[in-house]
Amino acid sequence: MAEYEQHDHDHIEHDHMTIPKYIGIFLVLVVGTILTYFAATVDLDFIFPGANTLVALLIAFTKMTCVMLFFMHVYWSPRMIWLSAVASFFWLAIMFSYTMQDYLTRDPGVFSP
Amino acid sequence: MQDAITAEYSGPPKLNYLNNGFTLKSWLLTKDHKRIAIMYLITVSLFFMAGGLYASAIRLELLTPASDLLQTGTYNKVFTQHGILMIFFFLIPSIPAVLGNFILPIMIGAKDLALPRINLLSLYIYWVGGAFTVWALLQGGVDTGWTFYTPYSTTFSNTYVMAVGLGIFINGFSSILTGLNFIVTVHTMRAPGMTWFRLPLFVWAQYATSLVMILGTPVIAITVLLLAIERFARVGIFDPTIGGDPILFQHMFWFYSHPAVYIMILPGMGVISELISNFSRKKIFGYEFIAFSSIAIAVFGFLVWGHHMFVSGQSVYAGLVFSFLTMVVAVPSAIKMFNWTATMYKGSISYDTPMLYGIGFMGLFLIGGLTGLFLGAIGLTVHLTDTYFVVAHFHYVMVGGQVIAYLGGIHYWWPKMTGKMYSEFWGKISAMLVFVGFNLTFFPQFILGYMGMPRRYSYPPEFQVLNIFSTAGASVLGVGLILPLIYLTQSLISGKAAGDNPWMLPGLEWRTSSPPPTENFDVMPVVTWEAYEFGEESGLDLEGARANESVRTV
Ligand SMILES: [Cu+2]
Repeated sequence: MAEYEQHDHDHIEHDHMTIPKYIGIFLVLVVGTILTYFAATVDLDFIFPGANTLVALLIAFTKMTCVMLFFMHVYWSPRMIWLSAVASFFWLAIMFSYTMQDYLTRDPGVFSP
Repeated sequence: MQDAITAEYSGPPKLNYLNNGFTLKSWLLTKDHKRIAIMYLITVSLFFMAGGLYASAIRLELLTPASDLLQTGTYNKVFTQHGILMIFFFLIPSIPAVLGNFILPIMIGAKDLALPRINLLSLYIYWVGGAFTVWALLQGGVDTGWTFYTPYSTTFSNTYVMAVGLGIFINGFSSILTGLNFIVTVHTMRAPGMTWFRLPLFVWAQYATSLVMILGTPVIAITVLLLAIERFARVGIFDPTIGGDPILFQHMFWFYSHPAVYIMILPGMGVISELISNFSRKKIFGYEFIAFSSIAIAVFGFLVWGHHMFVSGQSVYAGLVFSFLTMVVAVPSAIKMFNWTATMYKGSISYDTPMLYGIGFMGLFLIGGLTGLFLGAIGLTVHLTDTYFVVAHFHYVMVGGQVIAYLGGIHYWWPKMTGKMYSEFWGKISAMLVFVGFNLTFFPQFILGYMGMPRRYSYPPEFQVLNIFSTAGASVLGVGLILPLIYLTQSLISGKAAGDNPWMLPGLEWRTSSPPPTENFDVMPVVTWEAYEFGEESGLDLEGARANESVRTV
């Protein structure tokens, strides 16, 4: 308990992330960026239409998770912070899914003439 | 007798937040939430007046079908700038940044907001964003409508779209910081005994608003930024000729801007909960329902944005879903309406100026909300889209709802904020003028819209009579809005001292002096009573005090 309080005052984050770790995460991000570029040069539509977008989003999502967990120290943060982080993702998911709900149902079908 | 309660403090003037420093520096570098609120009040009022001038120009132009006062291009700029100033620089900051800033920490028994420097920063960001926008307007302005719809805004308009967009972008951070500050404050700064379910409902409403602010505002900021990038660098985002999609803009814009309606109206609902309960002198009916309906509005408000896009090319399936969800989001607002009505039932209602605004809100917001359902109905909306029916609907919500609630709140907390009482006579007159003028202005617009008068440009001659009604109403409304400026200012100079608890109410803000000291309370309060407790449990002899008070004439 006492240890916890002490940590609270000393900004615990600095203990968890060291310079080499920061550089490591940075390299992961750089690799992700390069990967995004090369993935975009290959036409992945033979898997299914729009596969390129999915791959690009997956890489972006991984990078973003790294930034949040380690650069922003969410990994070592109290549950309230986790909740906020997850909730904001949920919000982003609402925005994406409800927008796609429009785009993916544009073709003529049950609801359109 | 009453002197015991509302007695003026005799002896050396008590130190309060207003008289503990008079230099410009003591204001501009203050960390006191109350001083920041006052500076917000002044700025917000200036923007309201500027927006009001544009509104007068619109109403004068629409007096005749011909475009005789304003040329068409100028008219486009005038209604655009009316919208931008009113929405981004008045409606959104008004209740949170003025009333919330001032009263929220006092209501929960805190010394200040949790992050006072961030609070000051948000004011400066607001100033910078505002100054930037005003500069852009003076340079030549913008004519895209406050919605900045693409591809007009990205490709065709040759007005100051990017500059105004940047002003709104900057201003967004002010709103995010205010929201963040309120959330942290409510979580960490409540006085001993101030449990979540003892919080005044105004605080719950501000909390819900803050959630919307920090979740929604980044999206509008990014949207405006993307718009600027496309305009500047021709990157294909919204323009179909370079690979973009104009409907995407509408999705992103309304993902923020529908919830932004709740940023504007939720704090107003919070004020009304205070007014209705306190001036009915009755514990609010269904406290938990009102509290959670605020949260429900904040959540469901994010799921309905497509109701602005029924006729703009979104899929029919999406239209169905958004229409259904729009009906759902009406439920929590209806819960509030029913609870307020039930609170007034058998209450001991006093018709002081703030309560007049409170009752006015209930009537006007009811009309505004219900006509929203007309517009959310996927069939009827095809007929009503882009007509004056829409204009009337959102003015009933924004002016009839938010502005009325804001005025009610200002009149309600004015004695606390300034320590001075305004003229109750003139207060009532102006509340009546606002109510009558407002209805005369906007009710004809429902009829005009239903008959087919389009928004944003001129109309055929047979619509002139109702437009004259509307303009006449606007002048009455204008007088009703200018009056408070006069008598509230006058009260600062020659108003009689308000006393600490002029309305005889149990809330924490009425248990400190008026104006409050910089620390808000001389001793840290300990809360042992529920919200809106008028009986002995409140620890105050409110009924006795009120019996004495009734001796006092108006
Ligand atoms: Cu909406």
